[in-house]
Amino acid sequence: MLLEVENLNIHFKSDKSKNPIHAVRDLSFSVKQGEMLGVVGESGSGKSITNLALMGLLPDSSLVTAKKAEFNGHNLLNLKDKQWQKIRGREVAMIFQDPMTALNPFLSVQFQMVETIRAHMDISKKDAIDKSIELLSLVGIPSPKDRLKAYPFELSGGMAQRVMIAMAISTNPKLLIADEPTTALDVTIQKQILDLIKMLQERQNLAVVLVTHDLGVVSQYSERLQVMYAGEVVESGSTKDLIAHPEHPYTHALLGSRPGALVDNLRREPKTLLPSIPGIVPSFNERPIGCQFNPRCEFVTNECQRSPIPIFESEPAHREYRCIHPIEHVVIR
Amino acid sequence: MNNILEVKNLNKVFEIKKFLKKSLSLKALSDVNFTLGQNVTLGIVGESGCGKSTLAKVLTQLEIETSGEIELLGKKYKDYKPREFHSLIQMVFQDPYQSLNPRKKAFDIIADPLRINTDKSEEEIRELVYSMMKKVGLRAEFAQRYPHHFSGGQRQRLGIARALMLRPRVLILDEPVSALDVSIQAQVLNLLLELQKEFSLSYIFISHDLSVIQHISDKILVMYLGRIVEYGPRDEIFLNPKHPYTKILLESAPVLTTSKQIKEIPESAKGEIPSALYLPKGCAFSPRCPMVTPECMQSIPELLNKDNRLVACFNA
Repeated sequence: MLLEVENLNIHFKSDKSKNPIHAVRDLSFSVKQGEMLGVVGESGSGKSITNLALMGLLPDSSLVTAKKAEFNGHNLLNLKDKQWQKIRGREVAMIFQDPMTALNPFLSVQFQMVETIRAHMDISKKDAIDKSIELLSLVGIPSPKDRLKAYPFELSGGMAQRVMIAMAISTNPKLLIADEPTTALDVTIQKQILDLIKMLQERQNLAVVLVTHDLGVVSQYSERLQVMYAGEVVESGSTKDLIAHPEHPYTHALLGSRPGALVDNLRREPKTLLPSIPGIVPSFNERPIGCQFNPRCEFVTNECQRSPIPIFESEPAHREYRCIHPIEHVVIR
Repeated sequence: MNNILEVKNLNKVFEIKKFLKKSLSLKALSDVNFTLGQNVTLGIVGESGCGKSTLAKVLTQLEIETSGEIELLGKKYKDYKPREFHSLIQMVFQDPYQSLNPRKKAFDIIADPLRINTDKSEEEIRELVYSMMKKVGLRAEFAQRYPHHFSGGQRQRLGIARALMLRPRVLILDEPVSALDVSIQAQVLNLLLELQKEFSLSYIFISHDLSVIQHISDKILVMYLGRIVEYGPRDEIFLNPKHPYTKILLESAPVLTTSKQIKEIPESAKGEIPSALYLPKGCAFSPRCPMVTPECMQSIPELLNKDNRLVACFNA
């Protein structure tokens, strides 16, 4: 295992409430080398906070505890700032939703790429420039030599995201965290960027954590899938199996509420009402007792409202879900 | 008369002035023609820079067309008085966080269209506001709250309530669910479908999400760099697209599938939309088109009837 996290909890101190806010609860997951893990969740599900924790970028007001958090032989729990700097960018890299705000608008692409490469590798400026050109052509930027001189405002959104990816892989990281990498992009550009990430994953044996709110994106690109809700994993397993037979009512409802007759096995007639999930995701200080989804769940019982729900496992597909009334082989019309 | 809205040869050109240089003209809309029937949803699809938002602005007269004619209920736009015009056509915006005045209470946000455009008494307005809030699924006690108290989905309901207060015939929806979470998206789409029936509304629905468009629309209009490339009934366009751009757009859309299969798009179609300032000669899609012929680079294809839809392609 490249990355192994067991029982990760993230708390934040808050001025508004006496008790710290419990943002991520009891999260366990792992990523193998060369594998793509899809993470799906709505706003406030804790997916971005988990990513920041993996990069060591959480603010001081946070408290991270875990039974285990190991990445590539490092124990992430007691690293000092200096040690983080050696891992961050070199062994684990991250790309963000909005490439335009992730790049410095005052500096040329060349300056930013060379700076990144030389921060992690002991090579001359000339070699770093050559390497940048090589990387830009790898990520599919036409005439990379000229583009190197460009400033971020001269690039389109898709091009800027390609530059971000080139910078992220410049140090040959083992793990790439992509946090909603295509949300700000057009459909045809989105596909090109996802194809590029997939190509890098396969060719360079890169592990990828792909975070998105779009089930369509992960269903086509990731091998394994993890669904998050209100700071917890509600279900995880192989992407194909999980989408075909969701066990958790939230996953089931989320799949069902997606419009479009394009969905295999879930054919929805256009202009009919969608099965929607009532209510909204609870905010950090109004989390329910017991199952986090229980106020919105159609199968709720008294048992669901008593105490936190443990994770159940089902073989053979090695599915994990956090529900005491899982959906069994429901046929969705 | 069946058509609520009729758009004829609509053009919008933006002049971009440059200091000490020749000014450039950006053709945001070129020869746009379409009609909108009662109770019908027209879905507009296209990528950034295709002109879909400009079209929405021209239809609500937030921008004035350069040339062409628009008729609403058989009467030309320019013959309408502002009050009358705004009571017939209204808009719902993409970002529910920025399109509501943060210093006004929900009640006033919904009541203002009536106060500005009608002579109704405060009492009548009160009644209408509360009944509309109920219709869009907002509880009466929310009336005295400010926008920041509301979630994204509730804000969008507020925006829809505001747009419906004058009982318009046409609602222009510019990416109305794009900023919402998936589970909330379904709630708002359902609300729009129900309201359409109740008020016999016609929608112009703009979205980049093809599965949303397919779900809500009756007719589809596909745009590329300011021109209509394909226009016709939903199922014809989605199940049997003719224009190469429509095909690529549909193939690029992420599909929720269990058969983990990634479709290949033609090498030539990769790359990006050229700038609308420097349109290619001939068909605007020709530089990326996998079916390009010399003819495509010489002249612009007309929008012609083919297999139950209109398509602008020499080789379709």
